[in-house]
Formats: sequence, structure tokens, C-alpha cells
Amino acid sequence: MDGAQRIPILKVGRVLVVPIQVDMDDQTVIGLQERILAELERTRARGVLIDISLLEMVDSFIGRMLSDIAAMARIMDARTVVVGMRPAVAITLVELGLELRGVETVLNVDEGIRLLRDELDGRGDEADEALGEGLFGEPIHRA
Amino acid sequence: MESRSIALEHEHDIVVARGEVRRMAAALGFGLLDQTRLATVASELARNVVKYAGRGRLIAQPVVDAGGRQGLRLVFEDSGPGIRDLAAAMRDGFSTGGGLGQGLPGSRRLVHEFQIESTPERGTRVAVVRWR
Repeated sequence: MDGAQRIPILKVGRVLVVPIQVDMDDQTVIGLQERILAELERTRARGVLIDISLLEMVDSFIGRMLSDIAAMARIMDARTVVVGMRPAVAITLVELGLELRGVETVLNVDEGIRLLRDELDGRGDEADEALGEGLFGEPIHRA
Repeated sequence: MESRSIALEHEHDIVVARGEVRRMAAALGFGLLDQTRLATVASELARNVVKYAGRGRLIAQPVVDAGGRQGLRLVFEDSGPGIRDLAAAMRDGFSTGGGLGQGLPGSRRLVHEFQIESTPERGTRVAVVRWR
């Protein structure tokens, strides 16, 4: 069935990691967006890391999903980073006229994690301290 | 290589169309960037057919110009409601379907040749070519 494609959403500490590894039909795209937002609410994650390194194409529909997720996540106080966009995909997106407004992109997962970690560390987040753990569930040591 | 006709009736056919166009482009010797451009155009225009007309088809056809240059022609045909205001539909940001309005004008920028004919209540035909 078309709707049966299921993209995993992994919770790593306080970040949702979403590795997109198949070419998604539109229903899957819509379903993924809804599931990410539901997971954000349920887990109170502070970051969303979407890995699109295996996507051979991002059209206006998928581009819109990425923008919408970033916008909605921001409202829920979470930051979204898209990692691994292939150069050919990036060039085509620009030619297509898509800006991916509000979406931060980095080259690979390492950089994405660094970006999310820096962001959250920089906030001196009280909620993190109350939980006694950092972005990836590691204990916070106070100086 | 033979032409391929792909039915565009369900949402999943959009995925089939872009995958098949990418495979054909690769087999014709198009580079990675051009494969990506062609697959993206196929996705945008196939979605228009499914979304606005409900059904139609894509014909993907290898072509060669007078100078022997290889190309791939994609023709999207439907018998849907047609486009009332073609000039507006070709402008960036114009959409009647709640989309981003990048489908038609964006697709035109990804190909070398772009023709669109549409008759209200009769249907729409978009033909594009990208040369290698």
C-alpha cells in the first residue's frame, strides 16, 4: 500500500533524528510531518535533525514539508536542521525557485549535531538542568 | 531506447514517473545534475496532472536534434479542467491549489524547451525537452 511507507523517527536524547531513506510519495510526506510534530509534543524534544542524504530529489512538495516542519517546530521551541542535501539537489532547488525558508542546512550529521548542541548549550536552558541531562541525555555537570 | 508511457492516476504514480525519468536520463548519458533536474520536473508536472486533472499520462521520449545531440522529451497530457489563466499560472508564486506556485515556472527553468497548451474544460498538455 502507498501509505505504508514508514520513515523512522529516532529519539536521541532530546533530539528527533529522522533518516529519510526512501523516495516518499505525497501521503508519506504529509504523514511524516504529522508524526514529527506529534513526537515533538510527546517527547518535548528540542531539536529535529532530518537526514536527506539519500534523497535523490527534493521537489516543491517535499521542500514545502521541510519549511513547514521548521516553522512549526520553532513555534514549539525546537530547532530544525536538514543535513546531507546532495549538491545536485541543492542546485535544482535554487533553479526551481525554492528558498526553503527558515530551514537550516548543513553538510552532514556530525555538523547537524554540533549545531543543535551549540544552540542548546548556549541557552543555559533551565529545563535541561531541571532534567539533569543535556541534549543527548548526558548528565549535566555543574562547575 | 524506446519511449515510455506512464499512467498518472494515483499519487504513487508521481513517484513512479520521477523514478522512471531518472532511469531513462541516466541510461541516455545525462549527468547527475541533469538527472536530478529531469526527475524534479517529472515530479512537479506529474503532480499537476494527478492533482488538478485526476488522471492523465506521461510520455518520456528520447530525442536527437539535427546536430546529433541527445535529449529527453517529456510530455504530460490530461483531459482535466484546463488552466484558465495560463499567463498567471506561469508566474512565480501563483497557485490555485494551495501549493507554492513553483511547479510551472520552476519547471520551465529546469529544461531547455517548454511548451504548454491548455483549453478550459478540455485539458492540458505540457511538453519539455532537456538536451544533454
